[in-house]
Amino acid sequence: MDVVGKRFWFFLISALVIIPGIISLAVYGLNWGVEFSSGTTMTLRCDTEVSQEQFRQAMIDLGYREAVIQRTEEGDFFVRIRELSLDERETLLSGLKDKLGADVTLRDAYLVSPILAAETARNAAIAVLIAAIFMMLYIAWAFRHMPKPLRWGTVAVIALAHDVLVVLGIFSILGWAAGVQVDSLFITGILTVVGYSINNIVVVFDRIRENVSRGISKDFEVTVNSSILETMGRCLNTSLTTLFAIVALLLLGGITLRYFVLVLFIGVVAGTYDSICVAGQLLVVWDKGEWGRFLGLMRPVKRTA
Amino acid sequence: MTRGNISVLLFILALFAFGLWVLFPLDSERLGRHGLVLGLDLKGGTHLVYEADLSQKDPSQSDDDAMEGVLGKIERRVNAYGVTEPIIQRQGHNRILVQLPGVKNVDEAIKLIGQTAQLDFREMELDATGRLVFDEEGKPKWTAVAKATGSDGVEKELTGKYLKPNAKVVLNPQTNEPEVAFEWTEEGAVLFEKITERNLHKPLGIYLDGEPISWPTVQAVIKERGVITGLSIEEAKRLAIQLNSGALDVPLKIIQEQRVDATLGADSLKKSLIAGIVGAILVVLFMIAYYRLSGVLASCALVIYVVLLLTVFKLLPVTMTLPGIAAFIVSIGMAVDANVLIFERMKEELRAGRTLTAAVETGFNRAWPAIRDSNITTFIACFILYWFGGTFGAFMVRGFALVLFIGVALSMFSAIVVTRSFLRPVVRVIAIPGAYGV
Repeated sequence: MDVVGKRFWFFLISALVIIPGIISLAVYGLNWGVEFSSGTTMTLRCDTEVSQEQFRQAMIDLGYREAVIQRTEEGDFFVRIRELSLDERETLLSGLKDKLGADVTLRDAYLVSPILAAETARNAAIAVLIAAIFMMLYIAWAFRHMPKPLRWGTVAVIALAHDVLVVLGIFSILGWAAGVQVDSLFITGILTVVGYSINNIVVVFDRIRENVSRGISKDFEVTVNSSILETMGRCLNTSLTTLFAIVALLLLGGITLRYFVLVLFIGVVAGTYDSICVAGQLLVVWDKGEWGRFLGLMRPVKRTA
Repeated sequence: MTRGNISVLLFILALFAFGLWVLFPLDSERLGRHGLVLGLDLKGGTHLVYEADLSQKDPSQSDDDAMEGVLGKIERRVNAYGVTEPIIQRQGHNRILVQLPGVKNVDEAIKLIGQTAQLDFREMELDATGRLVFDEEGKPKWTAVAKATGSDGVEKELTGKYLKPNAKVVLNPQTNEPEVAFEWTEEGAVLFEKITERNLHKPLGIYLDGEPISWPTVQAVIKERGVITGLSIEEAKRLAIQLNSGALDVPLKIIQEQRVDATLGADSLKKSLIAGIVGAILVVLFMIAYYRLSGVLASCALVIYVVLLLTVFKLLPVTMTLPGIAAFIVSIGMAVDANVLIFERMKEELRAGRTLTAAVETGFNRAWPAIRDSNITTFIACFILYWFGGTFGAFMVRGFALVLFIGVALSMFSAIVVTRSFLRPVVRVIAIPGAYGV
């Protein structure tokens, strides 16, 4: 199987996912959840059976027409609303009790000012950037016996950025297309994807390093190709076990955790694709000086003898 | 089996037994740690982040002094309210984190903590007949904050800071209404005497944070003590606590609030336990189906990994939160990675015609650089995230980095030490390559 020879097809597939994602990020940004825009979420439980329609009507009667109401699996109501003060919340609760004729209890509530959440997101992004620089330097050092070690570090970070961009881009698209929101767990999810992705990339690079040292072929492209094929079993198996654990998270339920599972799922799939179809291939591209081909993506290029 | 391998096996067993002893029973007290530390989202409670408006501090005070003052006062208020195990921490420059586990009347607690509680007295505007003048909102109009010359000859406003910290709620025997009884310090008594003298038979407004509480008419010149009326019983209790702890040095604003009901927390805990078990079973089934006997051994290593990880969480301690547990469950899937790397190498060596014993050793040796470099890269990311999180107040990032570091370190240990020392004796007993998934 020749996975390196088809590299520009793989890059094209990545581009087909990433470029619309970047455009969507530029145009729509991300659909920030309540933790990032100001607002309140509450989970309310009624002690008698209340339909979602009754509940919505009661909220409208109380003047909260814009409230987003979801029913949880346990029959609670998950309400997303503008930022409420303590007094407003108390009034809302007692109003609901009157309208619904049921005892309404507050199971959880979440309120945040947008400054704090935006700051957390910005800090996390800066932290990841700094971490990426140091990871690049370490990989360059770990591959110091290879020709041009800094390349390995740079390509690893590019591949890492590939995975993060796939997740961010898809979330941006899902944000306006399906109302998928970015919540505080999203940052945890992205950090997990970063850790997972760099692991995968280094495993593939390690095999290339070993095969270069053993001199299995004079052609770097052939060496990279067999290295990727040799590590493919491991890449797929680790992805599978990780995906099993991620799917089990769905049992945890909860509306917010569902998006967290989605982040990890997309991240793991992107990371696996990346380690088999992108990372090693980028090394080959750099080795052959083929960067120009990215501009005229589909144009065949004369192979140098 | 070599002597070295036996001692490693014994060491692993001892470590495992130690882990079980630390963890079970779940609410046991071991080495000074009582049970796993659960976050508020799992045990119920309220998480609040306040931001202090330092622009309104006393200019003679430094920012740090003002924050320390606020922190101490909040602590006194929370303790007086009777919350068990509250957490009150300064975060970053001007933020304060308050965690109140299992508080029933949370709204009351929030009002108690965040209110500045600056008490002062004001002279009221009177009409020609000597009656109070009210504005459109029904509040009495005032002319000046009551001041008097202190014993040192300096004119001072009479505020809550001249109160002795022994204000208490009493019921008026005549009206049965709650009142807050207070006593002045020596300096306060000097000021109060002059103010009551000047306002004799006139109403004197009692204001909390600029809002009138009551405006009793001064009946006599008073020195040491007084009462504040016109409050509900909750308000009176709150005011007494606030007066005793002192007014906050700067006003606070809630910027984050997360509240979880205790039953919901218990529910989440149960669900995460089930999710963890299901996730682990899926991973174990896959490993055994694919790698056969090696998979069984890796599953044992996985169990040891989980026990040791939870042991570290209990002893450090690491607070378990819902996102933390989610990350932990994902780590179960990732922890087998090093095992997978090694087994794939072993299979390659077996296919190349090596003996099983040789394949185990070569498999481990060949897989080692990949495991080392990929994990060190992750460690570097952990260090940077941890350092950054601490420096820039991104506490969520910091917690994540810590958990990831412990998880990766232990998964490395579980694959390199545990799986290997299990495999070595087993390959001597069961020497059929087919049993190892080839």
